[in-house]
Amino acid sequence: MEKLLEVKNLEVSFQTYGGTVKAVRGVSFDLHKGETLAIVGESGSGKSVTSQSIMKLIPMPPGRISDGQILLNGDDIVPKTEKQMEKIRGKEISMIFQDPMTSLNPTMKVGNQIMEVLVKHQNMSKQDAKNRAIELLRLVGIPMPEKRVNQYPHEFSGGMRQRAMIAIALAANPKLLIADEPTTALDVTIQAQILELMKDLQNKMDTSIIFITHDLGVVANVADRVAVMYAGQIVEMGTVDEIFYDPRHPYTWGLLASMPSLENDDKAELAAIPGTPPDLTNPPKGDAFAARNQYALAIDFEEEPPMFQISETHFAKTWLLHPDAPKVEPPEAVKRRMRQLSSTFEKPVLVKEGE
Amino acid sequence: MAKYIGKRLVYMLLSLWMIVTATFFFMRIAPGNPFASEKKLPPEIEANLNAHFGLDKPWYEQYWEYLVRIVNWDFGPSFKYKSQTVNDLINEGFPVSFLLGMEAIFIAVAVGVLLGIIAALKHNRWPDYTAMIVAVLGISVPSFIMASFLQYFLAIKMGIFPVARWESFMHSVLPAVALASAPMAFIARLTRSSMLEVLANDYIKTAKSKGLSRGVITVKHTIRNALLPVVTYMGPLTAGILTGSFVIERIFGIPGLGAHFVTSINNRDYTVIMGVTVFYSILLLVSILLVDIAYGIIDPRIKLAGGKKGE
Repeated sequence: MEKLLEVKNLEVSFQTYGGTVKAVRGVSFDLHKGETLAIVGESGSGKSVTSQSIMKLIPMPPGRISDGQILLNGDDIVPKTEKQMEKIRGKEISMIFQDPMTSLNPTMKVGNQIMEVLVKHQNMSKQDAKNRAIELLRLVGIPMPEKRVNQYPHEFSGGMRQRAMIAIALAANPKLLIADEPTTALDVTIQAQILELMKDLQNKMDTSIIFITHDLGVVANVADRVAVMYAGQIVEMGTVDEIFYDPRHPYTWGLLASMPSLENDDKAELAAIPGTPPDLTNPPKGDAFAARNQYALAIDFEEEPPMFQISETHFAKTWLLHPDAPKVEPPEAVKRRMRQLSSTFEKPVLVKEGE
Repeated sequence: MAKYIGKRLVYMLLSLWMIVTATFFFMRIAPGNPFASEKKLPPEIEANLNAHFGLDKPWYEQYWEYLVRIVNWDFGPSFKYKSQTVNDLINEGFPVSFLLGMEAIFIAVAVGVLLGIIAALKHNRWPDYTAMIVAVLGISVPSFIMASFLQYFLAIKMGIFPVARWESFMHSVLPAVALASAPMAFIARLTRSSMLEVLANDYIKTAKSKGLSRGVITVKHTIRNALLPVVTYMGPLTAGILTGSFVIERIFGIPGLGAHFVTSINNRDYTVIMGVTVFYSILLLVSILLVDIAYGIIDPRIKLAGGKKGE
């Protein structure tokens, strides 16, 4: 499969009064054509900053991409100017935001908000753009699009607005769609419809999707691969099966164990990861997760763990995979779902720097 | 829409009636009368005058007669300026005051909005600081001091503009600027803060993620939303300009309505006070109605009550 996007060792920091916040600390991943990558993690883990950096949407200053490359079709966008970025945003990469209630302009007709993209990137005339906008609204499942196109956002329900946002994002046939928690603000039945719609459109248009969420249920539903982020780093990455059935990082265990499930005993308390994420103005020495990690080894407090490779597609950044590490048992809730995957290497392999 | 305006007109008449009634009685409570002067009038003459103007009748008759006259748009004769009616005074003075007020509103809105937009787009950089210093000065310096400053420097020292009187466009510049300075400063600050608020909104990020240029985002997405509070302020602004022009017209010797208003209060010229108050009230009520209608047009989320409900 062809690589659409390669992010290499991305570092993003923000200059604040309290000091420099290192929001993203060396993130690398790649994305193939037509693939869906989910980035999961708790609030403040750097998942939104990572995705907004890909479009250079973070406010600069105070934000700064201090290191790394973002290759879109082999072309690095980090050094690009605002003017050059305008040709990429909306056309090559577009974005759906979390809250459809606030991400549409309240004083502009929905149709005009879609037409803007078409006029800008496809040089359409007003009339053509309007016809296309009606088509797009129909495509995202909005009934009576001829009427809806002339309405304002406040005349749409939440789910309808998110559909309209998707229509805007897909208007210029982008190659990459970044969805930043697109279903978080919607109620569950609407969530399912929106996810269905996104999958459906992805098949039709062959778009790659980066799906940012903290909802593992959503991940299982939409993603091909998953990257788990913690404190500005990817701590584990693999296919959906690998992350759900053979997780290796204690943080991933924590996330999976804290997922409510129908099999949970109603007397057992729902697990939670104790503590709070570290302060990224001053990241801790060693593993950032060590302080909250009940499986932490002495070395976790001293030296940052390297990335280990468990299969062709599965990576985890934990000392527990080191040949000398003691064998530990994951929590009960995780162990229950563990199964042997055929693609797993016999032994975890240490990934060398710069690979 | 028509239903809404109709409803508003009824309310306006009601407010107007309350204003007329309140002014009528407050004015009578104030000590003194139109014919009190240094030279005591012989009692017969005073009685004659009172009879001539109907002041000898009981208050309820006077009140009723006055209401009937106002309905017929007749504000009666002036007690002081013999042979002139209040309608004459309004017809003479209002065009001058109106022109001055319009010039001032134009300056206040145009310059204020511009300063606010520049300040917001260059947030925390020198254009922002400059614009805000201008704004603070404009708000803190009272208009009559501003007027004297302008007269002293621009008229007397530099001779660019005439000092006073009302003859040509050049004569109107200084009073209009003096009148506009405070509201202009207020509008600049209002525009700046509402621009900053709008710029922090998600839909601005959406617009940016569409690949729109900064200019397009500012014009199409930011300014329109940022101007909503400014439109709201247009009602109080009109009131401010109206009352502000009382002072300014005196300072610049402009024969407007404001000057008559102030003199008439000193003179206890009952009919002039009443007439001008009613006239100003109508003006203000109409301008507030216009602001509300404009608001409904600019912001589609506001459905004017009584108008058609979102189909």
